[in-house]
Formats: sequence, structure tokens, C-alpha cells
Amino acid sequence: MPQFLEHSMTSWRGQQVEHKQSIVDQFDPRARVLATVIFALTVVFSKTLWLPFLGLLMAFAFALSASLNFRRTLRRMIAMDMFIVVMVLMLPFTMSGDALFHVFGFAASKQGFIHAIGIALKANAVVLTLLSLVGTLEASTLGHTLARLKVPEKLVHLLLFTVRYLDVISREYKRMRKAMKARAFVPKNNLHTWRSFGYLVGMLLVRSLERSERIFDAMKCRGYCGKLYLFDTMQWQQRDTILLLSMASFAVFAIASGAYVA
Amino acid sequence: MHIVDGALSDSVVIGGAVLAVAGIAYGLKRMDLDRIPQIGMLSATFFIASLIHVPVGPSSLHLILNGLIGLALGWTAFPALFIALLLQAAFFGYGGLIVLGVNTVNIALPAVLMGLLLRQLIVNSPPKRAAILGGIAGAGSIALTAVMVGVSLALSGDAFIPAAKLALLSHIPVLVVEALVTAATVYLLVRVKPDFFSHAER
Repeated sequence: MPQFLEHSMTSWRGQQVEHKQSIVDQFDPRARVLATVIFALTVVFSKTLWLPFLGLLMAFAFALSASLNFRRTLRRMIAMDMFIVVMVLMLPFTMSGDALFHVFGFAASKQGFIHAIGIALKANAVVLTLLSLVGTLEASTLGHTLARLKVPEKLVHLLLFTVRYLDVISREYKRMRKAMKARAFVPKNNLHTWRSFGYLVGMLLVRSLERSERIFDAMKCRGYCGKLYLFDTMQWQQRDTILLLSMASFAVFAIASGAYVA
Repeated sequence: MHIVDGALSDSVVIGGAVLAVAGIAYGLKRMDLDRIPQIGMLSATFFIASLIHVPVGPSSLHLILNGLIGLALGWTAFPALFIALLLQAAFFGYGGLIVLGVNTVNIALPAVLMGLLLRQLIVNSPPKRAAILGGIAGAGSIALTAVMVGVSLALSGDAFIPAAKLALLSHIPVLVVEALVTAATVYLLVRVKPDFFSHAER
């Protein structure tokens, strides 16, 4: 398996175990989520090239101050860039405009080239900021943050339950894969493999449905009546206001400098 | 599968976000509070299942299983898939933040449609026929997703039409594998836990 897809085989542990404490963790989770949203809106809708470039520089600064694991982050960025690389390479040739250079007789247009660079800059800036400011939260903290930001309760509860059982199911999955391996199962290009994976998913679903029934009974025993009480110690401080204000002024600056006029 | 930020035109991004909010709101409305443990557990399972890499030809691809999700969760597939995509974007860097709406609609709407069309038929079928219907759900949802990804790209400008065609073509192997895997899963579920689909949210 290629290295850049490696995360697909690692178990789900949130970021708790691996993320080192950094300056970013001193900010309130709400401020980090809001700042990321403002940043992404500002960058994504811009019509110029310099603003996404500035955004990418800011994203690098966020990544540095979050002291992200360099190799893991790089791998994820490359994995994301794999999605766009084909499209970005095709754009100069499919967009009409002034010819910049020729490859095998196909003209690469200047407009297409600029557009392609814009997409690459925006995509990388947003993902890097997301990984730095939001990805460094614990997944359950993200749920609590969304609840504090008035996201509907049911959605937050669903997120918290999903996150809570990701690790459990992941371990169940690994156990079953190990059992298959012990019976000499090796994934290949054949019907047997695909059928076995289908049965694996089916069995995983049966077991988790039954587990959820047991959990629900246990929760009812403890007086669950459809509401989770969220306890957290989030405290809004002056530096959170400053972070948000600076992000807002970035947005205002972008609007004022005409970055949204095509 | 995941479209990244910056690729689509503003109107497509906003339209996708509006549709996604509507779908999520309706899905949440259809979901009882005391079913949250069950649905959370199932959506965690689908999250893990989507990390399984299946060898196809010289390379490998990961499962999406949105047809199966639709059969199991119905309208709740909207919030469940939104959460999965949010987690993937925030912690794995897959896709983007502002395009989350478009990505959610592209994956969840086909899931919901397959659930509405085929679930009742599967409940009333013997295992073999249920497996075939499951295969149709798996293939159909991927085909619809591919078309919707293509349409989101094509609506964003004529220059994207070749990329949209490429996206359509690249979904063909996914479609075949998803159909086979979903058929096998449905077959096993109908045999092992016959009330799985009737049990799930309508």
C-alpha cells in the first residue's frame, strides 16, 4: 500500500495520543473552529491569486504554531493533492485563452494555468488550516464545541456517539481481519475476496447493532432519557477575542481590497 | 470522490450547502432521540468499513458503501454521512471545509434514494433476490454519486467537462466492487439477522 494512504489502516484514536501540546491548544476550541470557518470562507470565494497565496502562508504559520507532526501532515497533504492533480494538470489545456506554451501541439492557456494554481493554493490553504486549528482538537471536544456553537443537539449527540465507538469498532474489525488471516485469507483480485469483504462488513454491522442494543439498555438503566449532559471547561479569554478579531480583519481586508470582484 | 475547496464555482458550493442543510435537518427530524446510540454505532461501523481497502486490478480502492448506508439508515444517512465527511476533513485532511455541503449531497442523496426505492423490496425478498437487490443498490448509488460529482464539476465551468468525464470513468471499477460487496453484505444480513432492514429507521 502506498505510504500516503497509510492513515487508512491506522486505528482511530482522535488526536489525543499523538498530538503534542502547542500554542494553538491555549486557544478556546470555539475560537479555533470559528477562525477556521472565517478563514476558509475568505480564501475559497476569492477571485484573485494573491489572496489564496497569502492564505497559504498563513496556513503554514498555523501549522508551525500547532507543531503538527511534519511527516504525517505532509502525507495527508499529498494524499489530498492526489485528488486534484489530474484536474489541475488538465485545466490549462481545457480552458480557452491566450496560449502560454504548447505540449504535443495542445495549447496551454494562461487563464487555465492561473485558475489551476488558484485551486491548488485554496485547497492546500484550507486543509492545512483545518488540520492545524481543528484537527488538533480531540474529536469529542469538537462535538462539545459544536454544541456550544448552537449546532442542533441531535447532530452533536450523533457525532459524539460515532466518535465514541470508532475505536471500539476499529478494534472489532481488526480482530475479524486477524481471524480471516489465521484462516489464510489474502485479499486478491477475485470474487472470493469481494464476497468475503461483504460478509465481513455484514458481520461487523450485525455485531454493532447488537452491541448498540446492549449499550442502550445499559444507558436506560442509568436513567438515559434522550439527553446527554455535556460537561466541559471551555473558557473564553482575551486571546480568543484577539484571534477572532484578527481573522475578521483579514476578511475585511480581503473584501476591501477587491479580492471578490471577478 | 471528495471534491476539494476552491474547485467549484460559488453558486454550486452555495447550492450544495443549502441542499445539505435541508437534508440533514430532515434526517434529524426523522430520528428519535432514543435511536441515537444505534445510529451512532452504525455510522461508526460504516466509517470503519469505508477504510477497508479492496484490491482491484493493479491498485486498490476503498469502499464507500453509500447504497448500504441508505438501506440501513434511510433519511438519517444525511446526518450520518455529513458527520463522517466532517471527521474525515478535520482529522484526515480529506476534501475541504466549504465544499462539505456539496460532498454530503453527492454521497447522501443517492444513499437516501436507494433506501427509499429498495428497502421494502429487500425486506420482502428471499436471500438470493435480496442479494441481487442489494447489488443494484450498491451499483445504483455509486452511479448516481459519480453523475452528481460530474455534474457539480461541469456546472462549475465548461473547462471542467473533461475532468467530469474522467471522474465518471474512474467510478466504473468502484461501481462493480461496490455492487458485489453490497450484494454479499445484504445476503449475509438477510440470512443472519433477518430483521436488520425492517428494524432500521424508515
